[in-house]
Amino acid sequence: MTGQRTASPALIEPAAETAAVPRFYRVASRREDTADTVTLELTEPAQPVPAFAPGQFAMLTAFGVGEVPISVSGLGDSGGGRARRLEHTLRAVGAVTRALHAAPPGSLIGVRGPFGTSWDVASASGRDLVIVAGGIGLAPLRPVVLTALADRSRYGRIVLLTGARTPGDLLYTDELDRWRRGGVEVAITVDRADSGWSGQVGLVTALIEPAGLAPDNSVAFVCGPDVMMRFTADALAARGIPASRIRVSLERNMRCGVGWCGHCQLGPLLVCRDGPVVSCDRAAALMRVRGL
Amino acid sequence: MTGTVAARLSAQPFFAALTDSQRGALAEDGTAVTFAAGKRLFDEGGVADMFWLMEQGGIALDMRVPGRGDQIVETLGPGTVLGWSWLHRPYRWHFGAVARLATTAIAFDAASVRRRCDADPAFGYAMLRAFTPVITERLQATRLRLLDLYAAPSQVRHADIGPVNA
Repeated sequence: MTGQRTASPALIEPAAETAAVPRFYRVASRREDTADTVTLELTEPAQPVPAFAPGQFAMLTAFGVGEVPISVSGLGDSGGGRARRLEHTLRAVGAVTRALHAAPPGSLIGVRGPFGTSWDVASASGRDLVIVAGGIGLAPLRPVVLTALADRSRYGRIVLLTGARTPGDLLYTDELDRWRRGGVEVAITVDRADSGWSGQVGLVTALIEPAGLAPDNSVAFVCGPDVMMRFTADALAARGIPASRIRVSLERNMRCGVGWCGHCQLGPLLVCRDGPVVSCDRAAALMRVRGL
Repeated sequence: MTGTVAARLSAQPFFAALTDSQRGALAEDGTAVTFAAGKRLFDEGGVADMFWLMEQGGIALDMRVPGRGDQIVETLGPGTVLGWSWLHRPYRWHFGAVARLATTAIAFDAASVRRRCDADPAFGYAMLRAFTPVITERLQATRLRLLDLYAAPSQVRHADIGPVNA
């Protein structure tokens, strides 16, 4: 593994032996978060891959179907520097994710990784954490929340602003109260309310102003659809948070995971290697280029 | 909330771009109000004779959809304004509004504010400068929500982006 970059989120190279060949993990549990989203707990690896940092992703294999990049959504168990337990939250949107979504407890899944850069939460020590999630973008950000809660005194305010399509699409609803009790300021909005929804309705950026952020002392972590991240980054920047302290998690067509195949190229970046977590001073302009 | 309307106006950033005298003039048309949760402020199609600067609480904008009841299209919180239909003819509300929480606000007499705008173009321009960013922001937010960004691919219909003449 290489050392951490100072001006951008940490770049962590995977161990070569786990970069190319999937390791077998068993599905220990399967929790249905929403109608199309599950969180899989993977355990009992015969040969565990190296430990993951929050923000990094794995290539998960549904054997006989294919392989997809999925970020870690929990802290897992990284005893001895190895990932002995992993959590991945995924949404059934294509053939591979549908197969993974349907994987029952006891079944085997292939894991390659860890790949890419991390959120580098520790570098925000002493600052306020502003976590902005859109839709399933909360999944890669959950480890940020859990990391901060595990060492609560190390950080200032922890502000979680999250948006979802409908109330039924909200993730981790059973954990939000626990996070609140732990000192996370949680604000939620949905695009479309139903009759039972008493919370806010509107875009996630509408939650930023009422949060009363301290831009001079905040680090922002943003994950969601590209357009949502662009507008959120703009809104945070307009309130004074510098682009260098706004981190986004990019998603492109990651295949090899180690920067060899070039499928995930975004201008000068290979997202699997230089991302997925990139600070906005590098990512903002690239996210606006048509065709990238 | 306590204090004079003028003092309360000064405490809110929304009208910060107005001069002290302009804020003072605006305050003459303002009244401190409170709404209990569940109180309906106005209905779609009603006369838009007021607007509110919200200080505490929360308001939902809604629209009655036959067969689906009152559908909430957006919620508004402290620090923002409720209502801009008073700015232009026909001065009718395009949505309804109901307090979702106990709400404290400053209510303004829209006709009187309009008269001030007409009589004092500098005041009118300052008011427009205060309202335009909110209108723009909400328009952009609405456009983004139209994109249905959080939908699964199966939930959205993709536009045909092929050549027009192909």
